[in-house]
Amino acid sequence: MLLQIENLRIDGTDVDGNSVEIVKNVSLEVDRGQVLGLIGESGAGKSTIGLAALGYVRPGCHFAGGSVRLDGQELVGAPVGQLLDIRGRRVAYVAQSAAAAFNPAHRLLDQICEVHRRHGLGPRAAAERFAVELFGKLGLPDPERFGQRYPHQVSGGQLQRAMTVMALITKPDLVVFDEPTTALDVTTQIEVLAAMRRAIREQGAAALYVTHDLAVVAQMADRILVLRHGAAVELGETRQILEQPREDYTKALVSVRRGEHERHGGHERSVVLAVDRVDAAYGAQQVLFDVSLRVERAATVAVVGESGSGKSTLARVITGLLPPRSGQVRFGGEVLSNDLAGRSKEQRRRLQLIYQMPDVAVNPRQTVQEIIGRPLTFYLGMRGDALRRRVKDLLARIELPAHFADRFPGELSGGQKQRISIARALAAEPELIICDEVTSALDPLVADEILNLLLRLQEESGLSYLFITHDLATVRAIAHEVVVMQRGRVVDSGAKDEVMAPPFHDYTGKLIRSVPEMRTDWLDEVLAGRA
Amino acid sequence: MTAALLLRRMPWITRLGLLLVLLFAFLAAFGPWLAPYPEAEPVADVWQPIGTAGFPLGTDTLGRDMLSRLLFGAQRSIGLALVITVLSFAVGSVCGFLAAIAGGWADQVASRIVDVFMSFPALILALLVLSVMGSSLPVLVLTLAFIDGTRVFRLARAVAVDLNVMEFVEAARLRGEGIWWIARKEILPNALPMLLAEFGVRFCFSFLLISALSFLGLGIQPPAADWGGMVKDNAQAIAFGLPAPLLPAGCIALLTISVNLVVDFLLDQASRRSRRG
Repeated sequence: MLLQIENLRIDGTDVDGNSVEIVKNVSLEVDRGQVLGLIGESGAGKSTIGLAALGYVRPGCHFAGGSVRLDGQELVGAPVGQLLDIRGRRVAYVAQSAAAAFNPAHRLLDQICEVHRRHGLGPRAAAERFAVELFGKLGLPDPERFGQRYPHQVSGGQLQRAMTVMALITKPDLVVFDEPTTALDVTTQIEVLAAMRRAIREQGAAALYVTHDLAVVAQMADRILVLRHGAAVELGETRQILEQPREDYTKALVSVRRGEHERHGGHERSVVLAVDRVDAAYGAQQVLFDVSLRVERAATVAVVGESGSGKSTLARVITGLLPPRSGQVRFGGEVLSNDLAGRSKEQRRRLQLIYQMPDVAVNPRQTVQEIIGRPLTFYLGMRGDALRRRVKDLLARIELPAHFADRFPGELSGGQKQRISIARALAAEPELIICDEVTSALDPLVADEILNLLLRLQEESGLSYLFITHDLATVRAIAHEVVVMQRGRVVDSGAKDEVMAPPFHDYTGKLIRSVPEMRTDWLDEVLAGRA
Repeated sequence: MTAALLLRRMPWITRLGLLLVLLFAFLAAFGPWLAPYPEAEPVADVWQPIGTAGFPLGTDTLGRDMLSRLLFGAQRSIGLALVITVLSFAVGSVCGFLAAIAGGWADQVASRIVDVFMSFPALILALLVLSVMGSSLPVLVLTLAFIDGTRVFRLARAVAVDLNVMEFVEAARLRGEGIWWIARKEILPNALPMLLAEFGVRFCFSFLLISALSFLGLGIQPPAADWGGMVKDNAQAIAFGLPAPLLPAGCIALLTISVNLVVDFLLDQASRRSRRG
């Protein structure tokens, strides 16, 4: 057995200095040529276990028990010199953000060959030849010269593949992938997944693949270990986990990813927001070309497209942060001023925005009471007891207990913070809320709850949503209408059932086929279809 | 976070620093009343060694009681440094925030003016102003506060520029909040840890700058006691193997170190809190 982890326990300390168990008695085995998927929500301990395979724990944590053996050699408590020899040479690590892992000041090839050199594995020329070979295998353009580029000169997907090359350059026995495709958009993700899978198979290496996305791990792993709160929930063959999950938690994970929500009620047919033939640019670079769309009262319009398609720019134009070059935005019958300063308080109140990252969308130094209370005071002039009562009502509507009013955002989870953002938007009693990727930073189960909350609020108060997303499962779940964008243009639009069902528009079809499905052989089929 | 909890988390070295800071604060507040002798009168022979009966810390170059002068000097040196630092932060951070939030030409104008003043070394600029305007207390305070204020402006602006692009600030802007509200409610609370750390450092710097100016004869004028001036007055004692100038120098060093111990801890706590969640 190549990697054998037995009854591993890792403890850490929280902010208040209390000891917490991060990994509780987890055992697993991986042999050569195998890929084991570690899956769970954030806080499940999956990254911690991945790092433990390198005999490493994050600062503030320590091994509390159990063993990690690589080819029979114990890593827990091994001397640092011994671990340094193993890390990078026998066990390699591919991190989530390649952009953060590469030094922007050095060429890719220099950084990739550094591991090879530091472990004294032979002449640099040999390493360079092997790197070029790997560049080719991973489908990177112009392999001979790719390494001469700097990190900022290649795309995110290419950088992630370059990092895989960095991991494989020493021909390691085991590669730990820590959410390596989370930062990529769906079309890029496929290519990276395929390239990584091919590379580890050809090298005969074993891999631990850490992710929160079941559909992704289904393409990569032979077996899956489901983790929750640091403990193992279920271990099984990939097919069994997907098709016959035994544990309730695994079943919940699987059904959320399959994404089935119910569609509710009818709605009136008056137009709340109309965007007419908008062109917009950042400086000389035009980002939006002739974009038009309509949002009806109590309806949800989803704007989909991969990153760079201009969907967030569209939100900036509608909110007035980026004055369009031509075209206009009409809201509730009035033409909105192009720039923010020209809009009335009332116009601003009726149009609210919820952001992607709840961590930066709410001020970490204000209490929940202040965050939700401010729009109430600002727009509606509420103060004192009335204000406090209203904040309590709003907290109840977003399903948080009243005592949360005194908390700071740092004391809330990601999902709770996103609820606070929603409450802040709701406080203004808007007619339209623009949701900019509001679920993409959240765990799947939490994202699901947030979507349900948004749906319920729409039913209760006839809100309209303009939902910007790259996640088609979300679109299926909540949209009435869909607008598909590509490179700043609307390429397809209409009722959801028409847009999302065959026959597809070319680009829509490509997007839909790029979403990993929960079948083990999906990736092979897609690649076969493309060839 | 309660003060008790904060105290419980302090490592012993921080507690020591805090204790010393409180002690210095106490001496600064009540020094003149505690001093056994007057500030400016010779009361014994010159350069009596430490431990002389009646003069526990000895006497200085004119035969004045060292302990008394240290106590008078504490009030003047610490008090002045505090006033200067508070002034420079009040003006510097407000201007820095507003420049960052307003952006555009207002920011350009303010930043370039500050650049001009930053291009002079602080000591040279202070010497220039003080020798032209004459060294009086108000001139000294305002000059040093202004010089320090330009440094604070740079920091406050840099921090605020980073915060200004955060989405919660954008949300406030979209809501229609004014620039003053954004500076006070959205930016300031988040910039506070950074400013606090800088406050500790700046306090020490302005303290040292006053000492340096006094040492050069342009700061606090004799016979008034201040620690920097006392180092200068007694500098020659070193040549005779007497530790007299080391006493005020030691006070300066000790105060600087203890303030920084406390600031380090507070900074660490602040960064921990924002890392949470």
